[in-house]
Amino acid sequence: MFRRIPIGALTGLVIATLFFLVAIFAQWIAPYGLGDIAGGVWEPISAKFLFGTDNLGRDLLSRMIYGAQTTILIAVLATLLSFSMGVILGFTAAVVGGWFDMLMSRFVDLLMAIPTLIFGLVVLSVLPSTLVTLILVMGILDATRVYRLSRVIASDLNVMDFVEAAKLRGEGKWWVIFAEILPNALSPLISELGLRFIYAVLFLSALSFLGLGVQPPAADWGGMVKENKDGIVFGIPAALIPAAAIAALAISVNLVADWILNRTTDLKGGRGNG
Amino acid sequence: MADVLLDIRNLRIEATTYPPGEKPMTITIVDGVSLTLEKGKVLGLIGESGAGKSTIGLSPMGYGRGGVRITGGEVILTGRDILKQGKNGIRKLRGHQACYVAQSAAAAFNPAQRLMDQVVESTLKHGLANRAEAQRRAVALFRKLSLPDPENIGKRYPHQVSGGQLQRVMTAMALCPEPDLIIFDEPTTALDVTTQIDVLAAIKQAIHATGVAALYITHDLAVVAQVADDIMVLRHGKMVEAGPAHQIIKEPKQAYTQALVAVHRLEHEEKQPTPKPILSVKNVTAAYGNGILKVLKNVSVEIHPGQTLAVVGESGSGKSTLARAITGLLPPQQGEITFEGRKLSNRLGGRTKEDLRQLQMIYQMADVAMNPRHTVGTIIGRPLTFYFGLKGAERDRRVKELLEEIEMGKGFIDRHPAELSGGQKQRVCIARALAAKPKLIICDEVTSALDPLVANGILKLLLNLQQIEHVAYLFITHDLATVKSIADSIAVMYRGEVVRYGAKSQVLTPPFDDYTDLLLWSVPEMELGWLEKAIAGRKMASAGN
Repeated sequence: MFRRIPIGALTGLVIATLFFLVAIFAQWIAPYGLGDIAGGVWEPISAKFLFGTDNLGRDLLSRMIYGAQTTILIAVLATLLSFSMGVILGFTAAVVGGWFDMLMSRFVDLLMAIPTLIFGLVVLSVLPSTLVTLILVMGILDATRVYRLSRVIASDLNVMDFVEAAKLRGEGKWWVIFAEILPNALSPLISELGLRFIYAVLFLSALSFLGLGVQPPAADWGGMVKENKDGIVFGIPAALIPAAAIAALAISVNLVADWILNRTTDLKGGRGNG
Repeated sequence: MADVLLDIRNLRIEATTYPPGEKPMTITIVDGVSLTLEKGKVLGLIGESGAGKSTIGLSPMGYGRGGVRITGGEVILTGRDILKQGKNGIRKLRGHQACYVAQSAAAAFNPAQRLMDQVVESTLKHGLANRAEAQRRAVALFRKLSLPDPENIGKRYPHQVSGGQLQRVMTAMALCPEPDLIIFDEPTTALDVTTQIDVLAAIKQAIHATGVAALYITHDLAVVAQVADDIMVLRHGKMVEAGPAHQIIKEPKQAYTQALVAVHRLEHEEKQPTPKPILSVKNVTAAYGNGILKVLKNVSVEIHPGQTLAVVGESGSGKSTLARAITGLLPPQQGEITFEGRKLSNRLGGRTKEDLRQLQMIYQMADVAMNPRHTVGTIIGRPLTFYFGLKGAERDRRVKELLEEIEMGKGFIDRHPAELSGGQKQRVCIARALAAKPKLIICDEVTSALDPLVANGILKLLLNLQQIEHVAYLFITHDLATVKSIADSIAVMYRGEVVRYGAKSQVLTPPFDDYTDLLLWSVPEMELGWLEKAIAGRKMASAGN
């Protein structure tokens, strides 16, 4: 499987793995504590502070590392939630059909009709700002997209002869969904997983930048951009570093997702041959 | 040999495949094939799928389908080696000297343009005639191909004519630039038998009237025997045998050709009906789309234990719908279905597990009837677990037994469907049905997608299994030759009704009703001159006209 990885996907894979390792081992890697005021305000890059310090004089590198942990953890949990919800409901809607499909699909239409960010802002400004509500809101809003995709994949598979054969055998809905449809839907769903993860990172960063996401003193990349944005006018790059990290993670995960999509569609005579 | 139009010498064609995760491989599709075609003659290329017949057929146009390369030999058309022509040379040749008639006319026409514009297009592009002259030619060709209303049919769009007519319009399109060579690639394979006979007759007549030379590609020896002067038999990209049509049909020299000629001669002794039928369908009426489109009208048939009922008819006659009604996938509006004396629930959801087990189904397309992500072991093993609760080693043992029964080795247990050939896939589907120990198996066109020799093997297997397991078959097919070799009783369906029903000997003995007569006359026979006899002998013209 890994014998013919194109260079782009390989780069993406290495960078994404690096980010995840940093996130997992943040507590051991970070040179300073999360809230330690170690130096002056907005100190430049030096041997002591590799990325300089932030608006309160905290080590930016350490906050970047802790930020990676928070950002990636929330994004991963929100993606898992949106995926399990979206896939299960989407598949069930396709297999059961009828009123369930109608009810679910129209409800999803309703949610999708409202711009996600605005909807998220409204809900989060009303609800208490905890990690759980944040993950729930992000997960549910994102699940609408996953629902759409999995429903259409499952509807295609649901009319195949092998699914009909299973129904004729008398198999229940769960067998049809998990044993007949899911294995065949896995490849497009996995590449979608990568994309949804990135959207979760971007969504979270946007929320934090607007002050509704992760609350201080906890660090996350979007929040760090917000904290340090005023420095840009004085030529201080502290806000650009977390921004660059968001971009780098987004691009690298996208490269991997694109490669998976290419590989898997190729099996069905699809678009790519990378 | 002054009249030689096409001379292919030692043709070698290769392609590169990219198996996932492995190094690219070069495979040889055609190896050392030589043939000559004289002006005004028809050469039939015959072989099973993968024999390289289409690839050879496309070589006189200098064309190779995706990734296919001509790597050796010469293709000389009217004295010029077309492999040495540049892009422009080949462009001048295509649609001018050599034209192509594809298998699926419906997919080959542009649905957004009128037929006439498409028929004259290549003539105009090559500047062979002005529009008026080209259209006059096209109308003359429509008439030669006995299309209805030749003056005006060109004004229609592709979806406004039937499949058989479209295939003839495509032949007109190929003949319009007055080419030297036409390549027919399975032009009648996708058509119903009753339509095939008319298209075949039209093509034959047009070939003779215009004096064009033709390569006729097909997998059906009986069809090619009607139109070809010479026949070449191909297998695995190599020539098996070539000679005049009568010699190939009457005195084939090679064992493979002999097997092809003998393919329809499977004998099956008719069994007497028993007093108690296993399945009886009484006055069933079924419809699609909220009861508007009636596809089954008052259908009644019976199947006896351990016997075969063949349901014959062309596409749209309702034979597959009958299967859907029996399985409960399409609950009938009226009528009842009784199985071993008990009334079956109309809906699938209302049937017990035992009902479902007794009644299994085998599909036409084996590759979509199996989950591509399951192994053969899971595919066959699942009914064992589901119906009998078999698990682990016991289940594996039974799966292996079943694999033996369908004449495949135990080694197949870990394979995925993609790693099986077409015939093997269908065998696995048979094993899956057998695993449930059913009393009745519905076989929906199970041999239609297979090559004749492979299909023959499947039929033999089904007959053997019937003797061992004493299972009854409801055998749905459009092919009367298959019916003759497998059925005990026959139901002929036409437009949703059973027009003739009874024991095999009785159904196939005259006097016939008009439709059965047409159907019987339409089955190509391995005999020269059958086509003319059939056209003259039948009582009713086909519906697809």
